[in-house]
Amino acid sequence: MSEPCIIFDGREIPFVPGQTILQAAEDAGAWIPRLCHKPGLEPYGSCRVCVVRANGRTVSSCTFPASLGMVVECDTPDLLAMRKLIVEMLFVEGNHFCMSCEKSGHCELQALGYRLGITAPQLEYQFPRRQVDASHPDVLIDHNRCILCTRCVRTSRDLDGKDVFAVVGRGPHRRIAASAGTRLRDSGADVSDRAVDACPVGALLRKRVGFSVPVGLRPYDAVPIGSQEVAR
Amino acid sequence: MSKPRVATTSLCGCFGCHMSLLDIDERILQLAEIVEFDKSPINDHKDFTQRCTVGLIEGGCANAENVHVLRRFREMCDVLVSVGDCATTGGIPALRNLVPLEECLQEAYLKGPSVHNPSARIPDDPEIPLLLDKVYPAHEVVKIDYHLPGCPPSADTLWEALNALLSGKPLALPYALLKYD
Repeated sequence: MSEPCIIFDGREIPFVPGQTILQAAEDAGAWIPRLCHKPGLEPYGSCRVCVVRANGRTVSSCTFPASLGMVVECDTPDLLAMRKLIVEMLFVEGNHFCMSCEKSGHCELQALGYRLGITAPQLEYQFPRRQVDASHPDVLIDHNRCILCTRCVRTSRDLDGKDVFAVVGRGPHRRIAASAGTRLRDSGADVSDRAVDACPVGALLRKRVGFSVPVGLRPYDAVPIGSQEVAR
Repeated sequence: MSKPRVATTSLCGCFGCHMSLLDIDERILQLAEIVEFDKSPINDHKDFTQRCTVGLIEGGCANAENVHVLRRFREMCDVLVSVGDCATTGGIPALRNLVPLEECLQEAYLKGPSVHNPSARIPDDPEIPLLLDKVYPAHEVVKIDYHLPGCPPSADTLWEALNALLSGKPLALPYALLKYD
């Protein structure tokens, strides 16, 4: 019996039952842009960057399971426009000063901006007032750059087994907190936590190691994000 | 046929983007052959002599004069291009948007640790352009046709973009030339 397949942008691709659309696409060599999704973590579906249309419904491909004969559209002009707008929203609703950020060149949000060809957002910059928690001797949280992907929360909980981070607040007041509810230094956070590496942007950083890779040699300087994962 | 005219200005910027334009090295001779500079710090022309094909805007709008100059550019240029992160995002000057203006002025002129200001006055001479409540990217003030981010955009980015715009080709930057830092 042949493997079950979905129709992905007009192409038949196989999937293993239980796989999400994003995983099936990636196995077939199609990299769907994403931010909150990270292999090894439970899918969360908060950033919506991986939006696709499955049997006519717009869904997040990192959480939606592939099913037999499902027709998935990914690279269409309207979905591309939607994906760009979502990334632009993330840029305007935080304070992302790429020119002075330690994460620049390593940042997945920035890399998606490059990959999607965003030169400037269509929306107004919000310039929200947010805090920096530099209380910990080795790690800092800059809420200005946080996109609430919760990768640190899930990594700390599921891979570090520590539950250092949590999400608090609602709507525009939603933010990542050290789960002790106080400062990062009073939590169990450690510089060796995998959660520190889980941050796609420059919100969660190790101190004293920034700018160690010269411009031109950083991961996204020459090739778009996703190229390494899938050699197209 | 007369050469296309190019105007440039630095609003709330550091002139780094203009430096990057000079960084096209010997291609500057080629540029001088194909364009005529109108209002620009490059030739020190203070105002437009006539309508221009391309206007390059460095810097965002931090004060009333920036807004005035930007509107004048929009009026006088067929194609207006935001050059650099300050024009496209507000950039480093927009860091002050995270602090109320009143607090910024107090820190700069009254409370800062290195301030020496016996009159204890915040400068308010009518000759000084009035500060805006915050720093605005150029496209939040006037319609901008193209954006070239970067701090600064590389010389190659500026060269590619100018060539495309002056020859009427679509502006499609290769991956390596679109950077935000």
